[in-house]
Amino acid sequence: MKVPKDAPERFSSKLIRGATYAGAGLTAAALMLIVGYILYKGIPFLTPELFSWNYTSENVSLTPALVNTVLMSLLSLLLAFPVGVGAAIYLVEYAKPGNRFVRAVRIATETLQGIPSIIFGMFGMLFFVTACGWGLSLMAGACTLTIMVLPVIIRTSEEALMGVPNAYRQGGFGLGAGHGLVVFRCVLPSALPGIIGGVVLALGRCVGEVAALLFTAGTVAQVPDFAGKGIGALFDSCRTLAVHMYALSCEGLHVGEAYATAAVLLAVVLSLNALLAFVVKKMEVTKP
Amino acid sequence: MREKCIRACFAATAAISIAATLLICAFLLVNGVPTMAKVGLFDFLLGTTWRPENNLYGIAPMIVGSIYVTAGALLVAVPAGLLCAVFLSCFAGARFGGILGAGVELLAGIPSVMYGFFGLVVIVPCIRGLGVGNGMSIISASLILGVMILPTVVTVSRNALDAVPASYYEGALALGMDHEHAVYKVVVPAASSGIATSIVLGLGRALGETMAVVMVAGNNPAFPNSLFSGVRTLTANIVLEMGYATGMHREVLIATGVVLLVFILLVTLLLNAIREKGEVK
Repeated sequence: MKVPKDAPERFSSKLIRGATYAGAGLTAAALMLIVGYILYKGIPFLTPELFSWNYTSENVSLTPALVNTVLMSLLSLLLAFPVGVGAAIYLVEYAKPGNRFVRAVRIATETLQGIPSIIFGMFGMLFFVTACGWGLSLMAGACTLTIMVLPVIIRTSEEALMGVPNAYRQGGFGLGAGHGLVVFRCVLPSALPGIIGGVVLALGRCVGEVAALLFTAGTVAQVPDFAGKGIGALFDSCRTLAVHMYALSCEGLHVGEAYATAAVLLAVVLSLNALLAFVVKKMEVTKP
Repeated sequence: MREKCIRACFAATAAISIAATLLICAFLLVNGVPTMAKVGLFDFLLGTTWRPENNLYGIAPMIVGSIYVTAGALLVAVPAGLLCAVFLSCFAGARFGGILGAGVELLAGIPSVMYGFFGLVVIVPCIRGLGVGNGMSIISASLILGVMILPTVVTVSRNALDAVPASYYEGALALGMDHEHAVYKVVVPAASSGIATSIVLGLGRALGETMAVVMVAGNNPAFPNSLFSGVRTLTANIVLEMGYATGMHREVLIATGVVLLVFILLVTLLLNAIREKGEVK
């Protein structure tokens, strides 16, 4: 939508346009400055020692932290996915809109969404670490993250389910399927791309989280010893990449390595973003 | 029977989020409120000295610090964010708009610890270079938080602007306005409820942010006397001392969390109020 320019332009119009462009320019500049600076400073320090399997205080290797990040994210998504998607299915497919229970769930998810991560961390420390007696551990951290990302998954899954045309459900019922079968066979498959989009968003939050993990998962820079302890290693303390980066930049001894770790973390975030963009695009294609 | 089972399972998963919310509130309140009573509510909220080793637990400097830093972040993010949202919604072409939109999404995905690190290695030395203080200051924290909440403001405002019916804009043009005036006098006011939502969401994020603030704000628990002096926020207070605190000190930190939670719940209420008002319209 553009106006034909026949009348001479008012000065105020130029001013307004200039300000708008400046606002957009500032945003773009901030982004390029941050991403560019971190990559520019970090990439020269990406040495093989930084990726060695074992962490020592000399090589400050980030591999254990990277593995921990994967473990932590997978574990919390494993817990959050069924709960979040199940809740969304209940809200969209089963509950009568506007009944008391639905309202309570809405209020709860909205509240959870607003709670800062440090509060989750504190709760995790009081509940999972102390009350459940799990200590600073992978499990306590993952459970804390689960609660944190739950509203994200519920919200996005709800939207995805609401986007499924009613004809799909009617077709299912028309063929004589029960409610459960309709949900699993007719509704869920076509809502899947949207749900996966939510999962990737949640993954991004898990990967970048520090405040919620500092007092729940702790800062031990080793991969939990699954080979030696089996499933008991779930209760080992471990630090994720973001926590590792925070620890490095606080110590201030390995500045170059901190830059490099930041660059790796940024690369992880960038690839998650690309994955999200891909999923969203796929979703647009499959939409009828 | 089987259908009933499935239904009950789904209902149970939905109940988990309610249970989690109640548990969080209960645990914090049960641990925090008695402590507030022990310290004395007024000594706790209005006390100006934070010296845990002497059993002096006044968090007024931290409350003020949180408010200053949040206000500063909004001063940075709201003008730039709104202008950027208007640009994306009403000015940009499809191609450049798409690129900038993707950039804003990326900005939203960058972890807060990265913002903190960037602030620590770039912004703090810049502010120090001005020759006032050591650079760890309200202004550094405001700048970095402002950039951090920028994507929230941009995305939510943009969605609100996009949702304004095209007929509003066309009507304004028909009455003789040019593009710029039609956008700012008709489209933007029509999206005001969504824009207000974006600002309050940004406020909530800034208020609750921990890692980015703790790395650049200086963290001294005293009232700041200028924009360039260090400051400690409620969130920073928790994350700095929780690691080693024991006994009463620990209890007081949990009580600090309760104060923060109350602030955040107020923000959530404000959000709901804005939404209801928007729906009535």
